[in-house]
Amino acid sequence: MSEAMKVPVPMINEETKPFWEATILKKFLIKHCKDCDRHHFYPRSKCPHCHSLDTRWVEASGKGEIYTHSTLRKAKVPFTLAYVTLEEGVSVLTNIIDCDPDSLFIGQQVEVVFRDNGQGSAIPYFTPIN
Amino acid sequence: MTLNSKAFIAGIFEHPLRLAPEKSLPQLHAEVAKGALDDAGLSFSDVDGYFCAGDAPGMGAINMAEYLGLDLRYTDSTETGGSSPVVHVGHAVAAIAAGKCNVALITLAGKPRSSGQATGTAPRTMGSSIPESGFEAPYGPTTSNMYGMAAMRHMHEYGTTSEQLAWVKVAASTHAQYNPNALLQDVVTVEDVVNSPMISDPLHRLDCCVITDGGGAVVIVSPEIAKTLNRTQVKILGHGEAPKHLNGGLIDLTYTGAKWSGPLAFDEAGITPADIDYASIYDSFTITVLETIEDLGFCDKGEGGKFVMDGNLISGVGKLPFNTDGGGLCNNHPANRGGVTKIIEAVRQLRGEAHEKVQVPNCQLVLAHGTGGSIGTRMGSATLILGGEDA
Repeated sequence: MSEAMKVPVPMINEETKPFWEATILKKFLIKHCKDCDRHHFYPRSKCPHCHSLDTRWVEASGKGEIYTHSTLRKAKVPFTLAYVTLEEGVSVLTNIIDCDPDSLFIGQQVEVVFRDNGQGSAIPYFTPIN
Repeated sequence: MTLNSKAFIAGIFEHPLRLAPEKSLPQLHAEVAKGALDDAGLSFSDVDGYFCAGDAPGMGAINMAEYLGLDLRYTDSTETGGSSPVVHVGHAVAAIAAGKCNVALITLAGKPRSSGQATGTAPRTMGSSIPESGFEAPYGPTTSNMYGMAAMRHMHEYGTTSEQLAWVKVAASTHAQYNPNALLQDVVTVEDVVNSPMISDPLHRLDCCVITDGGGAVVIVSPEIAKTLNRTQVKILGHGEAPKHLNGGLIDLTYTGAKWSGPLAFDEAGITPADIDYASIYDSFTITVLETIEDLGFCDKGEGGKFVMDGNLISGVGKLPFNTDGGGLCNNHPANRGGVTKIIEAVRQLRGEAHEKVQVPNCQLVLAHGTGGSIGTRMGSATLILGGEDA
């Protein structure tokens, strides 16, 4: 997602509101299950691993590595879609920004950056750590 | 209890058009239905079970029952994207075996080509009630960059190359030259594929399937009805289906749901991948075929690149003749859903009705596999094992 592109407004519902409120504070939240002690993403009220309903929000470190990536060359403004595996073990869909797409590689260390959309939330993206 | 041979495929039809701006969506459904019923030697008044997916208008089976004038006692509108018709065959067998219907009609149709849909490169619309939409839609996921990410990871883990992926397209195009209805009939080389424009790394234009209007239909009947028909009856020996998803963020894009649907189908049929004479493998992209072939057990995981090389998928040349109609890569991908064409060409092979240049001799055991959704996120996979009269 290039700087020139408009930062989108995400779909927010009752279940995901805390995630988006935290983005304004530059915090990347994921869900943790109190019963099985595992994380999951995208966040939901029910643990998809052990089926417990006892989940809580925790702040992720915001650091991880590129699991895979693909740059859509056919787009008007080419951009890079990627999965980043966070230090907490779960992978998130994102864009890798502020980088040369041709320099990206699987396993590359990245960190979260937030772009405010001016509509009460910010979109988390990832960028290579120098 | 097994459903092996509890029902038969009596009729098939693939719409000959690839561009149909003059026809309505329900009209296309009706034309393929008529074609498959004629092929079976049956009529609309014989149909008592009807199956369709999200490509049908409105409430699916209900709206289509009215439009087609069907008198039904069983309907199923299961939606698993491009694999839906493959799923429907399994569900039709179960319904027939349970006595819920005797003649099941499955239709699929759509008009993405005439509507100018940028199927592969435009973001998919996601509704607000879809739980993942907030966490995916902002990043511009499209069909091609999602499949591109799967291919990129497969290359990373197993050393798969663009040239190996290209062999899948080369095989499909070699078959498509004999199909006068195929959208793309020119034979291409590995160089043609890897030199075609990059769509989304590492997938080139010729790694991607066609966008076509049209559709197809299949008629499934009970053993009692099959006996009364003059057509060669195709046995449904096994069926398996499974969703695959992102598993709460513990992801692995190097395999598909075929890992589960394949063994279910092979177990029900009582055969192994080595017994298969011909395979219809869903080919939305070259990477879809490569991962699916591994997952179905035609080769070990990670060996798909080597397996597809040097014409191994070409009829008369390789060990696993596949998609002898030209597949979704060259022939047809109606409604952006290729599942029905996978069944249709598999049935042609068992009947000995494939083009003589691609017909597999003594073809008795075939596989048809569908993939729906995205191998980059969540998908519906479905596998059928079909047999000829001597199987």
